[in-house]
Amino acid sequence: MTEEIIIAGFGGQGVLSMGKILAYSGIMQNMEVSWMPSYGPEMRGGTANVIVILSTERISSPIVNEYDTAIILNQPSLDKFENTVKPGGTLIYDPNGITRHPTRKDINIYSIEATEEAANMGNTKIFNMIVLGGYIKIKPLVSVDNVIKGLEKSLPKRHHHLIPENKAAIIRGMEIVKTK
Amino acid sequence: MGELRLMKGNEAFAEACIRAGVDAYFGYPITPQSEVIEYLMAAKPYETTGMVVLQAESEIASINMCYGAAGAGFLPATSSSSPGISLKMEGISYMAGAELPLIILNVVRGGPGLGDIQPAQSDYFQATKGGGHGDYRLYVLAPSSVQEMSDFVLIAKEIAFKYRNPVMILSDGVIGQMMEKVELFDPIPRRTIEEVEKQCPWATTGKKPNRQRNIITSLDLDPYRQEKHVLKLYEKYKRMEQEDVRYEEIQVSDAEYLLVAYGSSARICQKTVDLARVEGIKLGLLRAITLFPFPGKRIAELAKQVKGILAVEMSTGQLVEDVKLSVNCSVPVYHFGRTGGVIHTPTEVLDAVKNLLMK
Repeated sequence: MTEEIIIAGFGGQGVLSMGKILAYSGIMQNMEVSWMPSYGPEMRGGTANVIVILSTERISSPIVNEYDTAIILNQPSLDKFENTVKPGGTLIYDPNGITRHPTRKDINIYSIEATEEAANMGNTKIFNMIVLGGYIKIKPLVSVDNVIKGLEKSLPKRHHHLIPENKAAIIRGMEIVKTK
Repeated sequence: MGELRLMKGNEAFAEACIRAGVDAYFGYPITPQSEVIEYLMAAKPYETTGMVVLQAESEIASINMCYGAAGAGFLPATSSSSPGISLKMEGISYMAGAELPLIILNVVRGGPGLGDIQPAQSDYFQATKGGGHGDYRLYVLAPSSVQEMSDFVLIAKEIAFKYRNPVMILSDGVIGQMMEKVELFDPIPRRTIEEVEKQCPWATTGKKPNRQRNIITSLDLDPYRQEKHVLKLYEKYKRMEQEDVRYEEIQVSDAEYLLVAYGSSARICQKTVDLARVEGIKLGLLRAITLFPFPGKRIAELAKQVKGILAVEMSTGQLVEDVKLSVNCSVPVYHFGRTGGVIHTPTEVLDAVKNLLMK
């Protein structure tokens, strides 16, 4: 099993850290993982994306141009990556701020109102964990327990008191993700 | 099993330097390898192993600090990215001339000049043909995973002392910036001063009454003595070719066509091999792990079995020259690669296989 994922959005949305937590969750589940960011002269408000690969085998290329799953968090990323999802693959997006919605018929499209839900829960910073919850609901390759273990590994100890809130966000994301 | 961590290639190199018992790191930040010095500064190994970590005022200062440390028998490491490595080349040439151990990491970015900060493999010539002035070679290792960014520090340490020669780890922005699972090796204590003196009787550790002065220099104004010295260096490089060539073969046993690649390009080519096999194309990959000494003998053997070879690298064609020299026109050799910081995709490489190799 190999799952090739692109996560794309604005800088500051937690795209890279969400990818890191997902990759750590893969390690907790005894998988091979890679995390390849688009790095560059990028800043808050610019675009940010990361390719995460989870596999039960040795990972060949950490850079691919077609994905099993695209997790899309803004319009420029949707415009750029909708066509890179493999036929039969999965696209998960937050419709907040989206005016041109995905149109492909040969992929499975899900929406998750994570921006709105994060505001409802009173903490916009847990936005990315709501999205991650939506992803693991649709693609249960890693368990919630292993995602929490991944969080523990990637968060510095001084932030460990935030884990229950993040866990609640993941669970909420699992509940609200829906077929488009 | 060692400790498992999710790390960037740059961080894995830094952690491996601490664990390998490297005595000192002197560097200067530059994208895409600044995480090396950031990691070392945060880890503060000077409080635990006593390893010195110092940000110098420039690349040139840092390489000359390495020269000083190595002259005293210590094992220094430094790291930079392409433009910074060019600045270090004078010092690297001096250290090769003075026969000193050194670990250099180059996390290559697009060039020439300041170029850009995206991944590239356009420093192959510089790394493998010496780089600085004079008749010398570096031992060049090309990691293609974050795990190897850690493991190759141990190989570099061994080779640097075995040959008393600088070792370059030639990486790139992909391997430096990406995170993968790393199994860390158990820490090896740094040598004591007594152990340094025993291992490096040539070092400037303070003159003892029972021996002559040790002199660390690359200068000898007598051309006959200098020629003898250069020939001695040359013998070392020949020995590297006999004893320390490293490579990896992927699906070559039945291959009709062969890719030759290194570093991140070799990872991309592994995927190309998988894609080709699905289509029934018998494609294999030889991944060069040492770029000097080059695995030319093995490539020449494989040339007898394949119809053609494609060298794949993120440059306009540098590795391809060594492949051509190795096979001596026995099979057609082609080149494919993006450059300037653009990374080729597995499907682009497969298209090149079809359009160049199989035509």
